[in-house]
Amino acid sequence: MLSAPLEPGFDYTRSYGPLLGRFAAGLRACRILGARGADGKVHVPAVEYDPETAAALSELVPVSPTGTVRTWSWQSAPLSGQPLEQPFAWALIQLDGADTAMLHAVEAPGPEAMRTGMRVHARWAAERRGAITDIACFVPGEGPDERGELPEVPDAVEEMLTSPIHLSYMHSASPQESTYLRELAEGRVVGMRCPVCRKVYVPPRGACPVDGVPTEEEVELGDNATITTFCVVNVPFPGQRIKPPYVCAYILLDGADIPFLHIVLGCAASEVRMGMRVRAAWKPREEWTTNLANIDHFTPNGEPDAPFESYAHHL
Amino acid sequence: MTDVAVVGYASSPSVRETQGTTNGVEMLVPLFSEVFAETGLRKSEVGFWCSGSSDYLAGRAFSFIAAVDAIGAVPPINESHVEMDAAWAAFEAMVAIRTGEVDTAVVYGFGKSSAGELRKILALQLDPYTLAPLWPDSVSVAALQARAGIDAGAWTEQQMAEVVAASRRKARANPRSQLSGEYTAEELLAQPRFADPLRRHDCAPVTDGAAVLVLAGAERAEDLCERPAWIGGMSHRVETPHLGERDLSTSVSTKAAAADLDIGGVRLAELHAPFSHQEILLRQAIGLDEAVEVNPSGGPLAGNPMFAAGLSRIGEAASRIHDGSADAALAHATSGPALQQNLLCVLRGER
Repeated sequence: MLSAPLEPGFDYTRSYGPLLGRFAAGLRACRILGARGADGKVHVPAVEYDPETAAALSELVPVSPTGTVRTWSWQSAPLSGQPLEQPFAWALIQLDGADTAMLHAVEAPGPEAMRTGMRVHARWAAERRGAITDIACFVPGEGPDERGELPEVPDAVEEMLTSPIHLSYMHSASPQESTYLRELAEGRVVGMRCPVCRKVYVPPRGACPVDGVPTEEEVELGDNATITTFCVVNVPFPGQRIKPPYVCAYILLDGADIPFLHIVLGCAASEVRMGMRVRAAWKPREEWTTNLANIDHFTPNGEPDAPFESYAHHL
Repeated sequence: MTDVAVVGYASSPSVRETQGTTNGVEMLVPLFSEVFAETGLRKSEVGFWCSGSSDYLAGRAFSFIAAVDAIGAVPPINESHVEMDAAWAAFEAMVAIRTGEVDTAVVYGFGKSSAGELRKILALQLDPYTLAPLWPDSVSVAALQARAGIDAGAWTEQQMAEVVAASRRKARANPRSQLSGEYTAEELLAQPRFADPLRRHDCAPVTDGAAVLVLAGAERAEDLCERPAWIGGMSHRVETPHLGERDLSTSVSTKAAAADLDIGGVRLAELHAPFSHQEILLRQAIGLDEAVEVNPSGGPLAGNPMFAAGLSRIGEAASRIHDGSADAALAHATSGPALQQNLLCVLRGER
């Protein structure tokens, strides 16, 4: 089976809203704020709604950057993105003045230095951006004396949080896809036939979507095909390989029962039409890999147009 | 409203890594065949299909749509999906049958956890403002809960090791289990800690797998199954996503779900506890006494296919009703970090 690393990534942007925006602005100014409920309970980190009563919360009060570890665990091999690169403790920390505990990392030489009930205080990141990561981590011991030494609570609201998410996968092709991709690397397009409905799928599927059974019988398809439908691409976009206008078409290879998307070159975009006969234009052999991009594009093959009835049921 | 029963169940072997794709097709095709053969139900008769899976686990968008190929959805089917364990898909299907909308449903869950870094991916289910940016992985979060319970006197490391030893022992009789064997608690306690206080064996393995459940209303159930497992009650509750707001040494949501149900006569329970301490926690929260056998299948510690393991708890419990070895059984499923959300389902041999 073929497999390859797959590393999707995206920078999520989330609006904070009025309450979390003030909480985040506090972090940028090295202050931790809690949301106070009608019962006087102070929730840290600030929550928008009281978890018990579901009442919307709006009053924020500053709490101490020093608190008590309520429970902890040891991260012996930190994962990328976590607060510290060397082994550290995760802890739920109840800050002085808060009635709930917040999760963060505690820097410690080893698990033997940790215990429930120990006192820790926040260490601030040198560069802060209005996010929970503005607290670099907590460290053991009492924090700086609060009297007169804590920064003022800012009258500010952070608008947005940008969270880059990058994950790593090993993506596996199905047995049918693996055959198809290996054959492409040899310059052949191979589909597979459903044993029940006899339809030929290209690319082949793990299961026939009509009958729910694996497709098994290999069918080699030629280079000639019919355009079932198409569109003219006029819109430029990042990463575009070809200067617009050009044609993106559904290509039905002779002998296949399902078309795939490809590009049509070799004639003016205005000449492309439904039923037009085309053939695959392969890249030079030395560029072939396990990829449909081995076919650079499709180009008119000069045959008369296919009659509509011959491809109507593939539209 | 009509009564609903579990009339069929099939599950794939729990394995560390399958060669198949993340859309589950290769795992699901044989399971659908198995439940159709077992029940005599035909694909065209299925009133509703409902699945549980996750695009984050698959690393691709709309992976559950690709899974529909395994059904053969022509002509078009009545279908739904939840981005959580398929036990919640079973809840949706149960409601669809009870309300008379359909008379049969096939529920399935699948996950290929081996494709990515499971414990890291699960950090993305946390609050995106105050938790997820720190990437607290699922094992570390569970370890916080394990210590909270140890500190509170709710369980001990010795008891946790006994849970693992029992799981491994019972899993020897389950050919689909991933981990099994004979171990003493002392042998297990001699192992080094992995995410202190958890040892590796306290954590369910990373598993690829799938499960399929067939549900039917009262008019169809006895045609499809000799001894249907009637759903006596099903309830699920959720708690705040903010870990520090919860008492992690117990489960308020499980207690509330249990209070909704009559669990009288239950002598067997399948609990979806991916960490050893959670089995003890759930036993306490539900109020199961020592006479109740827990996880005769070996449970999630013997194999934990994400998004299918909760559904499998219902299936395993129902199987004990089907084969006549139990008259009443309880199934539990969880979703979210440190047992944030919990579902309970009572199954009975009598309507």
